Amino acid sequence: MSVIYILWLRQVKRFFRAKSRMIGAVGQPLLFLLALGYGLGSVYQRAGQGNYLEFLVPGIMAQTVLFSAMFYGAMIMFDKQFGFLKETLVAPVSRTKIMLGGALGGATTAVIQGLLVFVISLAIGFRPDHWPAVIATVIILSLLAIAIACFSSGIGSFVEDMQGFQAINQFLVFPLYFLSGALYPLEHVPTWLRIVAEFNPMSYAVDAMRDTLIGQTRFGLVKDFIVLLATVLVLVAFGAYRFRHIEA
Amino acid sequence: MNENRSVITLAHVTKQFGDVAAVNDVSFQVQKGELFALLGPNGAGKSTTIKMLTTLLKPTSGSLTLAGHDVTKAQDKARRSFGIVFQDPSVDAELTAYENMELHAVFYGLSRKAARPRIEELLTLVELWNRRDTPVKSFSGGMKRRLEIARGLLHHPHVLFLDEPTLGLDTQTRNLLWDYVKRMSQSEGMTVFFTTHYLEEAEAVADRIGIIDHGKLIALGSTKELTRQTKTKTLEEAYLALTGKTVRDEEVSGKEAWRERHRARAMR
Repeated sequence: MSVIYILWLRQVKRFFRAKSRMIGAVGQPLLFLLALGYGLGSVYQRAGQGNYLEFLVPGIMAQTVLFSAMFYGAMIMFDKQFGFLKETLVAPVSRTKIMLGGALGGATTAVIQGLLVFVISLAIGFRPDHWPAVIATVIILSLLAIAIACFSSGIGSFVEDMQGFQAINQFLVFPLYFLSGALYPLEHVPTWLRIVAEFNPMSYAVDAMRDTLIGQTRFGLVKDFIVLLATVLVLVAFGAYRFRHIEA
Repeated sequence: MNENRSVITLAHVTKQFGDVAAVNDVSFQVQKGELFALLGPNGAGKSTTIKMLTTLLKPTSGSLTLAGHDVTKAQDKARRSFGIVFQDPSVDAELTAYENMELHAVFYGLSRKAARPRIEELLTLVELWNRRDTPVKSFSGGMKRRLEIARGLLHHPHVLFLDEPTLGLDTQTRNLLWDYVKRMSQSEGMTVFFTTHYLEEAEAVADRIGIIDHGKLIALGSTKELTRQTKTKTLEEAYLALTGKTVRDEEVSGKEAWRERHRARAMR
């Protein structure tokens, strides 16, 4: 068994043993989906944009993965606080493997949560355009999850405590989410907002998901993929670099 | 003393934090199979010494060797050669005892085939084999400590570090714990390096004792040698003669203070 696998397994096991985490992680996006989907649906339709719930589902799935993968950094805080981190730091294994194993585990649980939201969406009437394209959606979600989990590992490496981590987390995650086109189309927004959104990698993940699920795209799937892959590479490197300097 | 038999060697080790030397030009050796106690008041440099020996801190100057491996230059080889029980728990409380052991086995490159009987042997030794599938969060403090000792021994280390291993444990558990450690040390020729504030424990267990204060090693020898040197009767008297009777306030770093607060909150 490899170090990466066993640390991945650790995160997955911990996730399935903490039922409350699963409920909490899906509850929030579900609230967004129902409140916004039904609350703003009629306005959206009257503006001639079609079905808002359908538009919203890919964005909320991406949100679930974003929030949940960002939460992985909090696991590193727990490992610092409850001592397990020291066990990993005196072990004769590379820091990069430790970072990757945990982050891949955190990414996996984030994707599971994103798919749970998908299943709930199906229950309330959402239907993807082409079922085979859902495979591409899962790949996109996975890339997003890996990028964000590595990002949050990197942040978790140098933040001292949970309060600090939560503060940074909120500071990063909400702009990434609200300025991404997850909740509204980027076609008719003011120029400044469009420019900000175009610099936000999250916009490309949301766009790619919308393309594969309901056939709407702004940037095109190829550009989405390139931006997303580049983001993964940069953030894996960031996570690995920061984790090498972690202190127990 | 024979050079080749020394398993732990510190040569002129200094660790500087800003302009404070937490450890100041310390040199000593620990022999193979020895039970060695490092004693000292709070903030004397014990933890810093253990952290440097276990690769968690880099020395400012000087060299440390573990089982023939330079701790700073051959980090992974040095890491493979020791096991450690930290002062605070470092097991994953959400996982079971067996899963914690399995994780450790993978970290240290043991094959599944080799690991299984070893895990069974050690969990049986510390009397946790029938609790192996219980999540560690339901364990008492003593059970967690026993699990950590079993885990520290899993990969047949040359040296076992114990940082105040009996802190907060009742007399029965403390006795039992030293019993395991001594048994393992004898059966595997393992060296044990520990710190403690219980001097009667050091007196009963340790072959040799080092006393560190203000970052300097101020005494080194068996209980007999230390009491003879200070013209006292017990190790405790010798210790007080060497380190004085004033109470030291440990300078708790910001990070540690935070963790303690949170741990206290989590316990409630």
